[in-house]
Amino acid sequence: MSSSSGYRDSKGRPIVVVTGMGIVTSLGRGRDDNWKALTAGRSGIHAITRFPTEGLRTTIGGTVDFVDAEPFCAPALSENLADIAVSEAIEQSVIGSKGDFPGPLFIAVAPVEMEWPQREELARSMNPDGPVDYHTLLQAARKGRQDLHDRFVFGGVAETLAGRYGTKGSPISLSTACASGATAIQLGVEAIRRGETDAALTVGTDGSVHAEALIRFSLLSALSTHNEPPEGASRPFSKNRDGFVMAEGAAALVLESMEHARARGARILGVMEGAGERADSFHRTRSNPDGHATIACLEAALDDAGVTPDDVDYINAHGTGTPENDKMEYLSVHTVFGDRAASLPISSNKSMIGHTLTAAGAVEAVFSLMTIAEGRIPPTINYDVPDPAIPLDVVPNTARDASVRRVISNSFGFGGQNVSLVMAAEPA
Amino acid sequence: MSEAPHREVLVTGIGLVSSLGEGLDQHWSALTAEGGPRPVVDTERFAPYPVHPIVELDFNQQIPKRGDQRQMEPWQRIGTYAAGLALDNAGIKDMPAVLERTDMIVAAGGGERDVEVDSAVLTDLLSTNDAGRLLNERLSSDLRPTLFLAQLPNLLAGNISIVHKVTGSSRTFMGEEAAGIDAVRTAHARVASGQSEICLVGGSYNAERLDMLLLFELGRYLWRDDWLPVWDRLARGSGMITGSMGAFLVLESPGHAEARGATAVARLDAVVSDRCTRGPGAAADTARRQLEMMRSRLGAGRTAVFSGATGAEPATSEERSYLTDVLAGDGGMLVRAPASLIGHGLEAQFPALVSLAALTASRGKLYPATDSTGLETGSDESVDQILVNLWGHWRGEGMALVSRAG
Repeated sequence: MSSSSGYRDSKGRPIVVVTGMGIVTSLGRGRDDNWKALTAGRSGIHAITRFPTEGLRTTIGGTVDFVDAEPFCAPALSENLADIAVSEAIEQSVIGSKGDFPGPLFIAVAPVEMEWPQREELARSMNPDGPVDYHTLLQAARKGRQDLHDRFVFGGVAETLAGRYGTKGSPISLSTACASGATAIQLGVEAIRRGETDAALTVGTDGSVHAEALIRFSLLSALSTHNEPPEGASRPFSKNRDGFVMAEGAAALVLESMEHARARGARILGVMEGAGERADSFHRTRSNPDGHATIACLEAALDDAGVTPDDVDYINAHGTGTPENDKMEYLSVHTVFGDRAASLPISSNKSMIGHTLTAAGAVEAVFSLMTIAEGRIPPTINYDVPDPAIPLDVVPNTARDASVRRVISNSFGFGGQNVSLVMAAEPA
Repeated sequence: MSEAPHREVLVTGIGLVSSLGEGLDQHWSALTAEGGPRPVVDTERFAPYPVHPIVELDFNQQIPKRGDQRQMEPWQRIGTYAAGLALDNAGIKDMPAVLERTDMIVAAGGGERDVEVDSAVLTDLLSTNDAGRLLNERLSSDLRPTLFLAQLPNLLAGNISIVHKVTGSSRTFMGEEAAGIDAVRTAHARVASGQSEICLVGGSYNAERLDMLLLFELGRYLWRDDWLPVWDRLARGSGMITGSMGAFLVLESPGHAEARGATAVARLDAVVSDRCTRGPGAAADTARRQLEMMRSRLGAGRTAVFSGATGAEPATSEERSYLTDVLAGDGGMLVRAPASLIGHGLEAQFPALVSLAALTASRGKLYPATDSTGLETGSDESVDQILVNLWGHWRGEGMALVSRAG
């Protein structure tokens, strides 16, 4: 055995560890504030004030109102949220030097397109009294608005962050819908395992709660309409759950090969043991009723990590609070964990922070690693009416002290893209 | 098992659709037509912006369920169609056991808007004093629920999973040209390293859209005159002509291909990507470094360069002088800029260039030059390898090396 064998996993690949984490959600800025609120069972969901909600079926969200993005547009807020998370993660990791991160950037960002205020601004500049159409907007564009081009190209947010933090190579912006944050981490893990890099900066960010986005989800009947009180709206695994709550946030994780982290004396926050994914071919918004894709996703993650279901102490659920997801997630968990499913703690961070969409997989990975480090499981709040069809230990309403060595975190997306991550404490 | 890159990567299937046709044979016929290749350009519908429209496709051939077609906007239909062609070409279309473990990386934009609704709402917005309420009312009643799904970038991959049953894995990269470059690079790296045995990678672009023309015109990247080859545009201004296209490749390990008796169209030797901020000379410096990384894979045979020059400035002039330097050093190399013929397809452009490079390598000869400025020379010279070089219109620099298989 070579001297570096301690740095390889059971499949002979470099072990990937986490050495820095940053987070911002509707609960606050930074790991400490978020963890305190999350384990106190506090909700970040509130009435939306960013835009008028008159006439809308859903009027609540987990918007992050304490971070500026003026004038508001989704990529601007997404960029600012990511910036906060990345800055905290790099500071904790103490890696590289200022503006010189020694690895690539993988960032999950919400889909980008020009928004109504910018369309209106362009239209007004050419023909303030109307009528206007896209030819009017094109006439305005011909005068040149490089700033709007740079803001609304898909690669814009990644470009800014890559420049600011000096990540290496071409930054990768990605989307797998609600699994995006987990996919960013998975891509980082794979790059380190291939030996392309010793470190990777992986980010999920979403600041896209504006009227059109809210209305689009509402038209799909995906959102909770339980507007009063807002903090009671997100009810994962409850019998009276009625949809998810749109929310914002960002999380960043610094991934490193364990060998690299140990060599530079970095503090290791946890091990990213494995990632699994499986696409569903059933339907654009629903998963196959037999659950085979999400079951295969969980199994692939465990297999990639080289562990068995018995090795898992806690499940960080996707747990969106839609009737469909929670039922399907139960089916998957029950199939994979068997009789143990009834007593294995599983909780949904989304009961408090809502569904941070593109960011969710990364946000919940940070919370999963904090669960391991702190020995305390965040609760599923608003669990007042248990669903008898979902007999799970959802850690109802109050956080619980527990020794947690290994977590599996699920992210299941629209479009049938599913990713699960297996994370563990640093080996002794 | 180590996952360090250690094996070759074969291209065992290609699905290409553009204004020139569908499939490899139609593209080769168009490129080598009597009297030289001729582009298909629509100068009317989006005037003053010419576009290369997608060839007429019978979508039923690759998307048999009408219900599936209705759930997609054109960019998704084009992409799902091209993905199906690639799976057909690879001979795995009807092999569920293979499709179930086939990985997928899609480079996608999205946001196909309903321009009628947008225009009507915008007109009303100008005359209201309660914009918030108006927007809520109009969007709630005028947006089609399914349009949202047609707008999500990851739903091209979602549709490919649904229609073609590719379910091994599914990632969608976004970010214009760089998304296409990194999709191909990542797929290549995963197969080379053993992380994947077989991977479908590609993208699609619908150029026939006012909303996308708007995005690029904001940076004044568009050509607003009659068609000219990209190099010829520089004497009269600059700008890209966007083109509708779908381009997907099946990348496969030699062992996996051999086990199922597949033959390769070509070999994908290497793919690299990078980012620079496009200061004067920066992209050329990046490309010089990238070419050095390719050097060990350049064979003794004849190599051509497929430039991704878009026609937009300053990148096109800079690339022209970079290529002039390369040609001076490697006297045998010949250049082609396929965007002159198929237009520029953003996320799909790099997969399309690699597809055309693989097609060219498989035929063993080059198509005639389309350039009166003297950079492109020759007509049907034999060629063994093609170096693809793409600089995005704003960001993203990628290079790939494609060789004749075997």
